[in-house]
Amino acid sequence: MAGRYYEKRKLSSEIKKNEDEDGLSVSEVAQPEDPFKGSAPIPEERKSLYKRGKEFPVDGIKNKKLKGFLRNTKKHDKAAVNQAARYELLLTEEPGYIETAEGEATWEIKQREIADAADITSASKYFELRLDQFGPYSVDYTRNGRHLLIGGRRGHVAAFDWMAKKPMCEMNVMEAVNDVKWLHTENMFAVAQRRWTYIYDNQGIELHCLKRLDQTLKLDFLPYHFLLLAANARGFLQYLDISQGQIVSTINTKCGRLEVLCQNPANAVVLLGHYNGTVTMWSPNQKKPLVKMLSHKTALRSIAVDQTGNYLATSAQDRKLKIFDVRTFKSLHTWSVPAGASHLKFSQRGFLGASFQNVVEIYNNPCIQPPTNPYLTHKLKFPASDLDFCPYEDVLGVGCADGFVSLLVPGAGEPNYDSFESNPYRSKKQRKEWEVRALLEKIQPDMISLDPFQIARVDMATAEQLQKDKEERLGFKQESPKFEPRFKKKGRSKSGNVEKRKRKVRNEELRKKIRSEAEKNNANEAAESQMEANVITKPLEPKSALNRFKKKTK
Amino acid sequence: MKIKVLSRNPDDYQRETKLDIHKVYRNYNPALHPFEAPREYVRALNATKLERVFAKPFLASLNGHTDSVCCMCKHKQRLNTIFSGSCDGEIRQWTLTNQRCIRALPAHTGFVRGITCAPDGTTFISVGDDNTIKHWTTDALSEQSHNPLNTIVTKTLYTGIDHHWKEPIYATCGQTVDIWNDERSEPVKVYKWGTDSVNSISFNPVETNMCVSTVADRSIVLYDLRSSIPVNKVILKLRSNVVAWNPMEAFMFTAANEDHNLYTFDIRRLDFASNVHTDHADAVLDVDYAPTGKEFVSGSYDKSIRIFPVNGSRSREVYHTKRMQRVFTVKWSLDNRYILSGSDEMNIRLWKARAAEKLGRLAPREQAAADYNNKLKKKFAYHPQIKRISRHRHVPKTIYSILKEKRTIKDSMRRKEQNLRAHSKPGTVPHIPERAKHIVTTAIKDDDIDEEDSLV
Repeated sequence: MAGRYYEKRKLSSEIKKNEDEDGLSVSEVAQPEDPFKGSAPIPEERKSLYKRGKEFPVDGIKNKKLKGFLRNTKKHDKAAVNQAARYELLLTEEPGYIETAEGEATWEIKQREIADAADITSASKYFELRLDQFGPYSVDYTRNGRHLLIGGRRGHVAAFDWMAKKPMCEMNVMEAVNDVKWLHTENMFAVAQRRWTYIYDNQGIELHCLKRLDQTLKLDFLPYHFLLLAANARGFLQYLDISQGQIVSTINTKCGRLEVLCQNPANAVVLLGHYNGTVTMWSPNQKKPLVKMLSHKTALRSIAVDQTGNYLATSAQDRKLKIFDVRTFKSLHTWSVPAGASHLKFSQRGFLGASFQNVVEIYNNPCIQPPTNPYLTHKLKFPASDLDFCPYEDVLGVGCADGFVSLLVPGAGEPNYDSFESNPYRSKKQRKEWEVRALLEKIQPDMISLDPFQIARVDMATAEQLQKDKEERLGFKQESPKFEPRFKKKGRSKSGNVEKRKRKVRNEELRKKIRSEAEKNNANEAAESQMEANVITKPLEPKSALNRFKKKTK
Repeated sequence: MKIKVLSRNPDDYQRETKLDIHKVYRNYNPALHPFEAPREYVRALNATKLERVFAKPFLASLNGHTDSVCCMCKHKQRLNTIFSGSCDGEIRQWTLTNQRCIRALPAHTGFVRGITCAPDGTTFISVGDDNTIKHWTTDALSEQSHNPLNTIVTKTLYTGIDHHWKEPIYATCGQTVDIWNDERSEPVKVYKWGTDSVNSISFNPVETNMCVSTVADRSIVLYDLRSSIPVNKVILKLRSNVVAWNPMEAFMFTAANEDHNLYTFDIRRLDFASNVHTDHADAVLDVDYAPTGKEFVSGSYDKSIRIFPVNGSRSREVYHTKRMQRVFTVKWSLDNRYILSGSDEMNIRLWKARAAEKLGRLAPREQAAADYNNKLKKKFAYHPQIKRISRHRHVPKTIYSILKEKRTIKDSMRRKEQNLRAHSKPGTVPHIPERAKHIVTTAIKDDDIDEEDSLV
């Protein structure tokens, strides 16, 4: 009969019994008494790694349906955090380490000793390529750490699978090479040559000659946006979308020669270091820098941002190495170094590699506390010309004037990779599938901003403004006259273009309104705070050197 | 001194043979998964676009009737059987698995005004313009399948019929609301309130003693079988055509009205509509709830079918075809997947309830991907780009222009009311909420006046 309408709904108490605190169902079979009842407790620091944002207070909401929905969502969030924290048990690999006895220091250990103490595969990862003919070498590893690209200043470019020691291509481009960079996979790489930038296949076939990226000094690649960055000698910063082949934005930074470049991997913002010691942050959407930060009083030599996007390491001519917090722009630590570090690089686990002339030093936890001693050091014959940590391996690749050397740094690489992000052991078919999926999920360059999570948050300012507009409209106050764009000839007034122009004007007006509202709010707040303070200021007394002997009146 | 350098055994990370699946290792550390929010947004955008690409709701058209289909009825026990009655008196039984007609009965010599199925699924009852009520068997293969099991000739014309969800009782409506017993040939009880004819009747599936009818004097009347008089009524501004009960909430019903709207009422509070659903461009002729109780489908005179959420006032979906004319009857199948519409051009159409859904059994990975995409679409539903794409529907030009005109009219009426309020003494022009605006009044039946004796 109509039995479905009479199905007894489960009482909430009955439902709760069958789920433990993680939200996972528990079997009802009779079992012997468990001395450790319930699920294993998870330490808070582990859970905090997986939490996203602050908890939202649910108690103040009056709408019952919304309250119930948010409470349910919170429960699911907690269950997800707990499960992710528990999953750490299933990670198979452990990071590398060096454990020293009393009296031994890690920085005195030579590479040869590490290679001898490690197993044979790890020992093979310490090698040196003596290439003294073609100049100081730039170094780049692919995102999954499998392939290595080296470019010598005198035109020698070589790409190979460094673990299997299998060469992919080797050529001389017959021109000065300023920088080399892998693109999204090991199939293409970009070489910044004397005049223009070229893109080559992994067989060495020239695919493109990018004449608009001229005199490029430094190249970088934003993997999730498929953007190739080129910083040139004239002060221009250019973004090229390699999936479409179009230049997304050209920015005249007006800051002179751009030699110090680094990207923030957490939010795709580009950091440039300048002669006056300022660090500027750029996004392709704005012609002016997002942030201008004075970090040193002398010219910057190198900068680096760590993987999580929290810390910025800078080094300048004043022989200091500083660690900043990227989000609050505050200086955390400073320590003296023998010379301005010519290259800085962070590894996946937070190790900082720095090269001072021909010495390479690696610090193992520079962001938590200022290091008194480096973790490891290595002396080269010639000054280092480029540094790069290999992802997912305990290896640091150093390019110098007489070739390339690959150093072992126990503990630098992330031991457990995620197959869906970058897989060092992927097959050809897996690579193809990954490439298609990555292209489908390509993030548009106009989403690059200082806070990548902004898109998932409620835009309170616009919401309030729209609400006000709606109220005005319903109350029918006089609206501003409608914008009718001028008719342009030669097909430039197609309906799509007209709509685009109208939208631009509408958005600009909305922005103006929001800005004026924000200013009003700030003015109000300032006025309020002034009223609250209400301090009677003393009149200023003339300063003199003998002031310190005067009696102080309370 | 102990030194350990990270080294992986490739055998642990690569598959052994080509016939194996690839090994997948996960690490949920957020440092390895940057740009979570923008990537989710891009995936939600792709999912919304693909939903529009795969939105092909029309499944099949059931041909066979030789006049417009004016009523339909679902089999209460089987998912694949539908009965439909047309304006030339023919009743057809369809099987939806093969999309074929398995029985055609020349039931009445006039319109078939209503068909209803008994809750045990063995018989169905039809009512027609030739003043007869006919009981038939639902089994198409029995010997009795071509003739009615029982024929009752009545004095007055009946325009609607509905069966009780538990007892062997059914109700017909015409001049009055008559309650019948399956074995009797005279009505057991008669309910009458006023002199106008009653258009349709509907029994409550949960609170089985209650039923509701729509009367030509623009009212909706509630009855309780345990009492001898109607309970109460609400009078709207225009007449309601059909009322449907919410199968999950015992006290909610939705009325399809002539003023292009649908009104959802709570029976405890009839003076204030729980929701007003607007989006049709012409009179709404039929409404039916989904078995989940969260959505309902409505068919209207403007040649389109709309699906509304229960707690929202705008439709989430509109189905139309050039070949589908005025929609007289709609039904939502009891497995929550299909919608049937019977219309003026003698066809019954089978549609998907969710236009982009893949029918049939999904592999676990497919199901997981579909669930993920649905959740993403919900998460980013309010972003302007995503909202614009997911809301976009093509609608026939007549409907589009009618809706545009209605919007202008509504805006101007609102503006005029604002002006009137601004230029009058404060308090003289009160704010009337939309949900109360369309209700004229409610009334409770008085015991002494106008009571017909109930017949035993």
